[in-house]
Formats: sequence, C-alpha cells, structure tokens
Amino acid sequence: MTATHDSPRVGLFVTCLVDVFRPSVGFASVRLLEAAGCRVEVPASQTCCGQPAFNSGDRGDSRAFARGVIEAFDGYDYVVGPSGSCIGMLHHYPELFDDDSDWRKRASALAGRAFELTSFLVDVMGVGSVQACFNGSVTYHDGCSGLRELGVKQQPRALLETVQGLSLVEMDESEVCCGFGGTFCVKYPEISNRMVSDKSAHATATGADTLLAGDMGCLLNMAGKLAREGSDTRVRHVAEVLADMADTPAIGEPKG
Amino acid sequence: MDVTSPAFKDNAHEALADPALQRALRNLKAGFPGKRAAAIARLPEFEALRDAGRDLKNETLANLDFYLEMFEQNVREHGGQVHWARDADEARKIILGICRDAGAKTVTKGKSMISEEIALNEYLDEHGIQAIETDLGEYIIQLRNEHPSHIIAPAIHVNLDQVADAFYAEHQKYGKTKRLETPPELLKEAREILRAKFLAADVGITGANFCIAETGSTVIVTNEGNGDLTQILPRVHIALASLEKVVPTLEDAMVLQRLLARSATGQECSVYTTFSTGAKRPADPDGPEAYHVVLLDNGRSTMIGTEFQDMLRCIRCSACMNHCPVYGAIGGHAYGWVYPGPMGSVLTPQLVGVDQAGHLPNASTFCGRCESVCPVRIPLPKMMRHWREREFERHLQPSAYRYGLRAWAYVASRPWLYRRVADIATRLLRILGGRKGRLSRLPLASGWTEWRDLPAPEGRTFQQLWAMQRGKRA
Repeated sequence: MTATHDSPRVGLFVTCLVDVFRPSVGFASVRLLEAAGCRVEVPASQTCCGQPAFNSGDRGDSRAFARGVIEAFDGYDYVVGPSGSCIGMLHHYPELFDDDSDWRKRASALAGRAFELTSFLVDVMGVGSVQACFNGSVTYHDGCSGLRELGVKQQPRALLETVQGLSLVEMDESEVCCGFGGTFCVKYPEISNRMVSDKSAHATATGADTLLAGDMGCLLNMAGKLAREGSDTRVRHVAEVLADMADTPAIGEPKG
Repeated sequence: MDVTSPAFKDNAHEALADPALQRALRNLKAGFPGKRAAAIARLPEFEALRDAGRDLKNETLANLDFYLEMFEQNVREHGGQVHWARDADEARKIILGICRDAGAKTVTKGKSMISEEIALNEYLDEHGIQAIETDLGEYIIQLRNEHPSHIIAPAIHVNLDQVADAFYAEHQKYGKTKRLETPPELLKEAREILRAKFLAADVGITGANFCIAETGSTVIVTNEGNGDLTQILPRVHIALASLEKVVPTLEDAMVLQRLLARSATGQECSVYTTFSTGAKRPADPDGPEAYHVVLLDNGRSTMIGTEFQDMLRCIRCSACMNHCPVYGAIGGHAYGWVYPGPMGSVLTPQLVGVDQAGHLPNASTFCGRCESVCPVRIPLPKMMRHWREREFERHLQPSAYRYGLRAWAYVASRPWLYRRVADIATRLLRILGGRKGRLSRLPLASGWTEWRDLPAPEGRTFQQLWAMQRGKRA
C-alpha cells in the first residue's frame, strides 16, 4: 500500500530504549506503518514518556514530561510506538492534569490517538497479514502494560501467524511479569532476578529458538538473563520479525 | 506484632534463599490462579458481578456512618452489643473486658486477620487468658509461634515435615508421643485436641467477612467448620471486624460472597457460610448467651475522602497476592507485618506509617495482575503509586535515587540535551559491550549486572540514523 495525502499521518514515538539500544526496532516500525499505508514522521523534539518520574511519585516532573510529549505530537492523526509500556504511560497523562482543564483536554486527546504498534496495525489499520519470512520457532512474552492496560494480546499473534516459515509455541505463564518493572529491577534486583529466571525457564522450556516481545524493557531484561545463563535462545522485538528485518544480530548478540 | 517492613530487602533475601519456602510458593502459584480461572469460566456473569461488588461497596463507603449506625441498632435489637474501637489498644481492652466479665480462662478463635492486626493473642496471654486458634492453618502457626504468611492460607509457607515436628513437640503434653507422618493422621490428632478446646472455652472470638446493616448479622465463611464451633459452643461470642466490613443488605452480602470464594480458592462457595444474629433466643437449641461485635477503625476512617478510599472495598479474598509475582517470589513474611502482597502494600503504609512500610508500595513492577483479578476492582497499582507520591513529597526515597530522577527530568525536558546524552550513552555502552555485544559488568548498575548481562546498543541512536536517512530520502 502506498501512502497518499489522505493517508493517516502517524508520529512515531520512538521510546528511549529503542532510540539507544535498538534503533532497528524503530526502522521496523516505520516499515510496518508505511506498508499499512501511513505517512510516518518522527518528531525530533520527542524524548521520554516520563514513566520513571510518574512511577516514582514525582508528579511535577511527570507533568513536564507529559507536556513535552503532547506538544511534540501535536497535529498528528495518531501516535504509535513499539512499546505497550510507554504508550500505556501516554494513556496516564490525563490523570496528571486533574486541576488544569486545558492540559487535561490535550492529554485526553493525545491518549485517544496513541497506540501500541501491533494493536494500531491490526485494530486501527485493519492489517491482516505481513510480508515476512522467518524460518524458526518463536515464543511470545506478553508485556504487562500492553496486555493489561492496552489489551494487546491477539494482535501480535495474529500478525505472527502470517509470517512465512514461523511457528509460534506458547510458553507457560506468558502473561506473568518478567521482573523488569522500570526502576524495580535495580531497586529490588534479587526479586527481579527470581522473576526473570522463571521467565527464562518458561521460554526455554518451549524449545523455541527465539523469544519475542513488544517492549524493549522486558526484552533487555530477558535477553540479559538468557545471555548470563548461557542460553542460545535469541531475543528480538516482534516488530523486527513482522517487518522482515530479523537478519541482524539478535538483542545482545555479537555483530556478525 | 513487630513491624519488620523496614528490613524488607533482607527479609526478601532470606525468603529467596529458603528452599522449603520456595517449594511452597511454587505450589501456591500452581494452585490458586488456575482454580480461580476455572471457577470464573463457569460463571458467565462474573465480570458484571465484579462491577456490582465495586458499586455496592462504593455506595456503602459513601454512606458508611449511616450503615454502621443501622448495623449497631439492629445488633442491639437482637440482644447483642456493638463496641467501637478507635485503635488496636481500645479493641484489645474491650475484648479483655468482655473476657474478664465472663470469667474466661480460655478462648477459642476462628480465623481473623483483625485479631492479627491488633496482636490479640499476645495481649490476652499477657493478661492470663489463653487463646487457641482453631483454623488448622492458624493452629499450626500458633504452635510454631509464627504469624500468618497469607491472609486465607496462613500456613502456606509450612511443609508437612514442619507440621509433623510442631505437633510432635507440642502435643506430648496431651499424651501424644508418636511422631505422625501423614496429613490424615495429623488432621485427626488436631481435631481430637481442638474438640476438647471447643468444649472448654468460655469465649469464642471470630472475625467477620460481612456485617449486614439491615439484619444486624455478622457472617463468616470457612471451610473447616471451626468458626461455627467457635461461635456456638462458648457462653460468649465476640465478632471482631473492621468498619468497612459493613454492607447494607443480605443481598449485598451475597453478591460479595459469590465473588469471594471464586476469587480466593476457586470454590463456588465456601463449605460453611454462617450468619450470627444476636445471642441465643429461648427457642434456639444452642448458641452463645451473649453476642458482642467489636468494630475497629484503626485509621480506616481517615482513608475516606482520600486517594486511598477505594482500598476500603477490599473483601480479603487474597486473589491479588495469589497472582502477584513478587509475593510469589518471597512469600508473605517478607512484607514484615500482617497484610502481605499488593493489598498489604497499600494498607500497611496506612496502618503502620509510610516511613516504616515505604518499601512495600515500591516493591512492585506495576504489572497490574492484582488489579486484573481484584473482585471489587481496586486499582492497586495506582494506590501504590499514590504512596510513592507521598514518599516523594516527604523526601523519603534515597537521595541518590531522587537526584537521578531529577537529572533525567532535566535532560529529557531539553530535546537537544537529550539527544546529546543519548548519543554519548549509546556510544559508550557500545564500546563497553565490545565484541560480545553485551556488558557483564557496569559501574552504578550492579543491581542489573549482578544477575544478568546488559545487551549493548546496536551502534548509533535511532534519531541519528533517522536524520541521516531522512537526509538521503529528501
């Protein structure tokens, strides 16, 4: 599908972790959105969604982050990001402006057009299939915010089913948190380790050669644990596979 | 009971290193969630029932004074007495007074978390009255001189061998000198010993799952029948409940009862649901001569009208902790007071102070699984976040952490600076990652790298690459 002037204008919310750790996820997102017929732009003034401040009880700074994002994405038909967690944060913005009706209105408007990537493709753009090949078996971890705040569950699976050569093997407890939790993983590292150890055990028990998810936080955590354990399970963002861009080294893998 | 919540990290460390506890927690995780899911799958209107439960609790809380007064009046009409306790100390003194008036030497107890909250057993013991727990799990931990680690399965952390040891050590005084091995044998022995206690007790103390305003009844739900023997056999029955247990009508209680068992154990209904309305009437074949209800506030009324009011909807089903990956990793004792898991992480800071219980609302990934199973839809992560806001306002978090947050806010509110910092961080981590593509040690991030590697960035930031590519495209 080719984008025209009538095509929806989408602002890509890159997210900090994709920006720093995994730019290929950003490019995969652009490819998927363009293939779905969207005009994609990347506002250069975007930074962080503010979730670390929000979840640390710092409402003042959270409001500053929120205002920055709202302004950066002003005028776009949609805001789409390859993360349930960061997009989930955008949906929290209205509650930051209880006593400021103008900003609350703008925050609600932003939340109403902010979507996680796979749910945007399936639920909004009606994408039913992708043009991609992946020879291997994968298992899918449901990131908590995407799953429970935004209802992302079937969308990535529906698209993965249309990837040629791919087989999806579900793991036990795919809906249980991997133990990342933003600052939780460094504030309570031992508990976090127990949780991510359980996750890596469930993922490797499927025998799948690749573990996928839709959030870089979970992915860095799980990839880091699997690497430390010496596992050969590879870890990727689901967008890389859906965009047929899974030929690069997996997360935490050496180059070539 | 001592509050060990400030030592939460040490408590968690010990819990993670305790293989017996870890085995018990694996059983819990494999048991409760599946049973709940199966029970809910059999009840198509469960989601609507959750809405009804939430709404009726909200309506009750909005008119709490009205329903409490109605409850008191109806208890009195049925010959009972209501006692108001502002705090734990008042509640203990009221109960001791009733016990003394009854000339009590021993009291039997049904399961009551409020009794844990006010540390009743220790208090009665200090004043020469022996309290005997009759719920099997509570009995086991009483023998072991412990506190519950779970609100409906108090001895979930104890294994069979430990029960056998406790019975062997503590039952010799009853002439039971054989160490028993199997659950049926242990159960039989517990029943035999408890039977004599039920018959000898002067006062029976139970909790209450609901206090019904229109009838003046208290309701308990149990699976062992011990609650019934506790409240029917002694001369005096004391029901101990916190204020928010009141519901307007019998029908309301039944809405919550249908939610409770399914959410808790996956049962359609607990084995026993027992209503107590007043003392024994002349025509009744049995029942206590006197019936008292002790209603405890202990700070709950100050939650009304605050961002924590929704917490008062809680019906103590335990679904939140049964589904919590943090509880599943460390068990209940690590939380350091009476109420563990997500509901405890909201309630404990209120009841013992956020300066003492500050770890609890922080020790959550906000995965939201608790909220997703809560039968009365309490937004538990949101409330834990509210506690973090209180801590932030009071500067209770470590200063390095606060400075880190502020620094990030400074950087991220300046897009040009953010891009520079992101660029430098990306390059630095890339270099440190070397050929392996990951870091196994990183200064200032040992919390991460002690347990897992940190995957290195791919090379450049997305924003840089995008700007270059856009240049090409244009």
